Amino acid sequence: MTQASLSSDNIMRAADGTPLKVALARAMRREKLKAVGLVLPLFLFIAISFVLPIVVMLYNAVHDPDVAENLPSTIAALQQWDGKDLPAEDVFAALAADLKKAQESKQAALIGKRLNYEISGIRSKVISTARKASALQAGPYKDAIIGMDKVWAEMSTWATIKRSSSAYTPFYMLSMIDLQQGVDGTIGSVPKDRAVYVDILKRTIGLSLLVTVVTLVLGYPVAYMLATLPQRTASILMIFVLLPFWTSLLVRTTAWMILMQDGGVFSQFLKITGITPLLNLFGLVEGDPQLFKTRFATVVAMTHIQLPFTLLPIYSVMKTISPNYMRAAKSLGGTPLYSFLRVYMPQTLPGVAAGCLLTFILCLGYYITPALVGGPTDQMISGFIAEAINRENNWGKASALGVILLVATLILYYIYNKLIGIDRMKLG
Amino acid sequence: MKKILVSLGAVLLAGSALVGVAKAADELTIVSWGGAYSESQRKAFYEPFIAAGNKITETEYNGEIAKIRAMVESKAINWDVVDVDTQTALAGCAEGVLETIDWGKLGLDKSKFIGGEVTECAVPNILYSTVAAYDTTKTKAPASLFEALFDQAKYPGKRALQKSPFVNLEWALMADGVAPADVYKVLGTPEGVDRAFKKLDTIKKDVVWWEAGAEGPQLLADGQVVFATSWNGRFFNAIKADKKPFQIIWDYQAPDWDWWAIPKGTPKIEEAYRFITYASDPQRMADQTKYISYGPANKDAAPLIDPTILPDLPSAPENLKTVFYPDPQFWGDKGDELRERFNAWLAQ
Repeated sequence: MTQASLSSDNIMRAADGTPLKVALARAMRREKLKAVGLVLPLFLFIAISFVLPIVVMLYNAVHDPDVAENLPSTIAALQQWDGKDLPAEDVFAALAADLKKAQESKQAALIGKRLNYEISGIRSKVISTARKASALQAGPYKDAIIGMDKVWAEMSTWATIKRSSSAYTPFYMLSMIDLQQGVDGTIGSVPKDRAVYVDILKRTIGLSLLVTVVTLVLGYPVAYMLATLPQRTASILMIFVLLPFWTSLLVRTTAWMILMQDGGVFSQFLKITGITPLLNLFGLVEGDPQLFKTRFATVVAMTHIQLPFTLLPIYSVMKTISPNYMRAAKSLGGTPLYSFLRVYMPQTLPGVAAGCLLTFILCLGYYITPALVGGPTDQMISGFIAEAINRENNWGKASALGVILLVATLILYYIYNKLIGIDRMKLG
Repeated sequence: MKKILVSLGAVLLAGSALVGVAKAADELTIVSWGGAYSESQRKAFYEPFIAAGNKITETEYNGEIAKIRAMVESKAINWDVVDVDTQTALAGCAEGVLETIDWGKLGLDKSKFIGGEVTECAVPNILYSTVAAYDTTKTKAPASLFEALFDQAKYPGKRALQKSPFVNLEWALMADGVAPADVYKVLGTPEGVDRAFKKLDTIKKDVVWWEAGAEGPQLLADGQVVFATSWNGRFFNAIKADKKPFQIIWDYQAPDWDWWAIPKGTPKIEEAYRFITYASDPQRMADQTKYISYGPANKDAAPLIDPTILPDLPSAPENLKTVFYPDPQFWGDKGDELRERFNAWLAQ
């Protein structure tokens, strides 16, 4: 007799008489809870440290209530404005009242700071107008305020304020791709002296691609050698790959700073080996070639740091390829090169794809290495995010740049999945 | 909602905020500019203050007002006293991120302090100057500051400049022929700003930009640059303490104040006041000049200064021949927009 028995009403029951279905579900629930309990710490950790900040970032990239909160009556009065002529007296009166309040609560600089993102140079004008407006007792306000600063006689000033009536703005996202909204709301390019972000994005992607290619070209043969050598030798050689891998990124970057600096080890080496005199002879460079704070130094240092990330997935895939395939290919008459290209290399592709994707995506986020060994024109997006947070206190801009980086990564992931398939990626 | 999100972001992103929370409750966090300057403050103020039974945590920054703003906005204030420059004092005061100073509570006489009336949110502590310098063993004395910074035909090589528009834009305009008295009139116009950047364009590829005050003398010592700018006390320290063969170019030196300021809403405001009073004592201020060549802002400290140090101060008559005084109000108002433009220019 088993524990379950068939009772008179034809329901399977457990030994204690509860229906088997219920008893089973109860047992399963307990198991599930245990499983959830095991996963929960990690789940919470990811939710708090990863998902939540990303949501906050996405939100901050489009949410900006500074102007709307500090100029409430002006914005209310502007709703009737047609945008063709300068606003009427009531709007100026509202502005005077708002600025007076802002001056008292010391928020005038905040309004100015926010408007200055869109109208260069307006920050100081808002501050000085607020200072003067708080002395203003009675109207007419229009002439008085325009008399304080001509910026209030410009249509673009009012269009910008009206646009800020919503707490949600496309401004940050647009300006991170060098676009802006005009007086009539149409989207156009920003002035040349502010249009830097598309270049920075291109630079970030270009540098990451370059480093990925270089690590692949350098890493692939080494991975092949490590995978085909006898285990004892390979293990010893592997140390040379892993030791730098285990060393802090900051330490390695600092080491490159010392190696690359003017008159440092690298430039001494070039001089002694006759490369510098040769370059001078052909007029390619004058004196010692500049290494430190250049694109070259950035690529070298990043390549050095990223090499193991590309190499190790390739190596681990190569380890699983049986040498018999190559032997078979050769015995069937393939030349070494042909067999390699047709038989061996295609089998390493999942490792190559994994290594390259890993390196590329890590490169996109590089910050400290370009900051230390690169010049001002070698800085990548992350560097500008740090700048926006630490120096400019512009959370909207920092968030928008973060969103750009996130989107770029997701697009890449999508392309990768389409071309190769994420299920084929092998990290080892 | 925004406030909540900002504070959330601040807590998650700024590691310093988390460290601050864990800090012992009775420690006063004092933030200054690092290097030789912090060292002088340590010897003249912090060490005796600690010996008198107080607790201090020292932190360094490079003058980023944004860090103070972020703390005040997110109400996670863990800096109690900050050594700020004038434009930060003025901008921070206008934006309401600094406490208004109650001189009565400090027990000090405002009229005794040079520049005490410039802002109501900070207490002047020293007068420093932004200057250039060179290595006398490697470079011949230039005829003027502008020749040193902008004449590449005569002085090929790199220059180290501060990664900031402050003073650099003024120097560029003056090097371009603008009379010192007209500098801010010109710089107040968009064309004037363009003109300054155009002049800086001529040396852009040869500039190494520094952020921490110690970098200028270091780059010069390493032979990485032919001329470096920094604050005069940093070069003084390199010459006196490290025996570097440097010569300061006093031509068009740009003097400015440093101030003690209190971020708004710090829970340790009483201790902050106590520290500022302590550090404003004439004798202690005079003591500081033993370690760095900055002029004390307290007039009562002047007679107590060791006379041998006087020629090294920015205020020495010999050094004031072609002095250029930066306009603090201009930078307090326009600093942000010019910094933004400067950063975009750097990235191009």
